[in-house]
Amino acid sequence: MADLRTKIGSLELRNPVMLASGTCGYGAELKDFIDLSKLGAIVVKGTTLEPREGNPYPRMAETASGMLNAVGLQNKGIDYFEKHIYPSLAEYDTHVIVNVNGNTVEDYIRLARRIEHLAAIPAIELNISCPNVKQGGMIFGTNPASAREVIAAVRNAYSKTLIVKLSPNVTDITEFARISEEEGAEAVSLVNTLLGMAVDPRTMKPKLSTVTGGLSGPAIKPVALRMVWQTARTVKIPVIGMGGIMNGNDALEFIMAGAAAVQIGTATFIEPRTALTAIESIDSFLSERKLDSLANIVGIINRN
Amino acid sequence: MSKRIEDLTVTDNRRLAEGFFVVKVSSSAGLPEILPGQFIQILVTESPSTFLRRPLSVHDVDYGSNTISLLIQVAGAGTERLSRLGKGETVNLIYPLGNAFTMPAGGEKVLLAGGGCGMAPLLYLGRKIRDLGVEPQFALGFRNRSRILEHEQFRDLGTVHLATEDGSEGHQGFVTDIPAFRESHWDKVYCCGPEPMMKAVARLCLERDIFCEVSLENLMACGMGICLCCIVPTNTGNLCSCTDGPVFNIRNLKWQISEQK
Ligand SMILES: Cc1cc2nc3c(=O)[nH]c(=O)nc-3n(C[C@H](O)[C@H](O)[C@H](O)COP(=O)(O)OP(=O)(O)OC[C@H]3O[C@@H](n4cnc5c(N)ncnc54)[C@H](O)[C@@H]3O)c2cc1C
Ligand SMILES: Cc1cc2nc3c(=O)[nH]c(=O)nc-3n(C[C@H](O)[C@H](O)[C@H](O)COP(=O)(O)O)c2cc1C
Ligand code: FES
Repeated sequence: MADLRTKIGSLELRNPVMLASGTCGYGAELKDFIDLSKLGAIVVKGTTLEPREGNPYPRMAETASGMLNAVGLQNKGIDYFEKHIYPSLAEYDTHVIVNVNGNTVEDYIRLARRIEHLAAIPAIELNISCPNVKQGGMIFGTNPASAREVIAAVRNAYSKTLIVKLSPNVTDITEFARISEEEGAEAVSLVNTLLGMAVDPRTMKPKLSTVTGGLSGPAIKPVALRMVWQTARTVKIPVIGMGGIMNGNDALEFIMAGAAAVQIGTATFIEPRTALTAIESIDSFLSERKLDSLANIVGIINRN
Repeated sequence: MSKRIEDLTVTDNRRLAEGFFVVKVSSSAGLPEILPGQFIQILVTESPSTFLRRPLSVHDVDYGSNTISLLIQVAGAGTERLSRLGKGETVNLIYPLGNAFTMPAGGEKVLLAGGGCGMAPLLYLGRKIRDLGVEPQFALGFRNRSRILEHEQFRDLGTVHLATEDGSEGHQGFVTDIPAFRESHWDKVYCCGPEPMMKAVARLCLERDIFCEVSLENLMACGMGICLCCIVPTNTGNLCSCTDGPVFNIRNLKWQISEQK
């Protein structure tokens, strides 16, 4: 077995494969299919201070090689999370990262402080890229000044590992990665979903209740990969890549383009064991080439 | 109850009527316990435009041959491909998923109402009810005589009342117009079918204070509670139709209550 360990700031992962926020619940939902202790980390559902009902149905539309979602951060809020969900997460033998969301900078700060107290949560992923909420979310992640403000404020309030999740719905994603690095983030993760929409000609209506939603799945992979590559060449902090990864080969593409770790999202809906098979195939790829560690191939396409 | 992901073998595919098929799949590992009302998520291969799995109700279960029956109505590319499944082909299923219908108590009078592919979960439900020693009755609705699906297996379990919209067979109208539905007292009514049918049945049951459960067919991505795409507004907030459902008591559903007033 090759050495698959990788570092996200001060956090060491046993391998580079994580489950993406909003696509793995709180992990327990997948326990019949995967042994969570085999994963690098799991990023649990987007969490807010207050409980949220999310957007009205329909929230999903299948598209060519992908899907649109407009879930809108449905979750029960931090109080419920701390009381009823956290205790079971604390027993997992893998890193559990919470995806943090808010309407205002103050919300993000308060939520980060609350999570800082949870000993078994070593990191947060600051979501400034959710396209499905009217306030907060992508509004922070698509405006450089707002992004800087919220990242700086959360960095100040939160002492553990801070990951910033970036939006692809910008002209130059590297600008936001640079801002994250300058404000003290230990890693950036990208991409969140691409803003998209679909219309049903039969009903003459949009397929999503919110008209627009976030596109994920293989349809976005080339775009996501390009952004990960650009970002990895721009910043020194680790880049966590995602967007349409369906198997080990897709994961290897992101790693070779510069991702120190990857997240599996939509693929889990179709094949819940994808993260595990990706780990196995990364390992066998390295072994076949007689490479002793993952570090040999992270960003290898940039080395020539 | 634990879920599994498994390759099953197609043992039969029979056309029932234009656009309707019954596909049987068998497990070499042996079937787990499956409750009436539960569903499966099937991976559709060789259909390039079908990205996500497709949810299908469990139509029937034969533990003797470890076989699950699926009643499939062709709706688009995915179900069209499934309608062409050949004997011996392998299909990948995630199952069993979702909750279950509430079983009646001994001596209760129960009606199972449905139409089209909404009949799917009612056969297995009827069989399980029969196993309890309760005789189920069925109210099945169709557009016209030529759209009536074969229902011999339903007749084997209990009385079948038919309704067609044009009156070409059985009672004219919807399932809720069947005299037996209106005139008898029912302890429990179970329903699966097109939304207008489920709403009509639910309204009647609310008026008469009859216990009623419906099986919803919301759009799903994952089918296992991780995407939150399949939500149903209920009195206790948005619930997932794949894990908290697909079976819901009509008294808990927001759509029915707002329909009332
Ligand atoms: C829990 C559950 C159980 C089901 N059981 C059965 C069953 O036993 N037999 C059966 O034939 N079908 C059943 N369905 C419906 C079945 O899943 C869909 O018909 C199927 O996914 C359509 O796939 P497709 O690729 O053929 O068509 P698509 O091209 O995906 O869809 C064709 C058209 O149908 C619409 N559509 C598709 N799915 C739904 C839906 N869930 N609700 C409303 N509109 C929809 C689409 O918007 C589109 O307009 C069930 C659905 C659920 C959620
Ligand atoms: C149904 C759904 C819900 C999601 N919810 C969140 C969320 O709460 N927070 C977040 O940062 N990203 C969320 N995402 C985005 C994913 O984490 C991921 O960034 C994106 O889907 C791209 O990866 P993929 O193509 O592998 O799915 C969600 C995606 C989907 C499909
Ligand atoms: S379909 Fe994903 S949560 Fe129900």
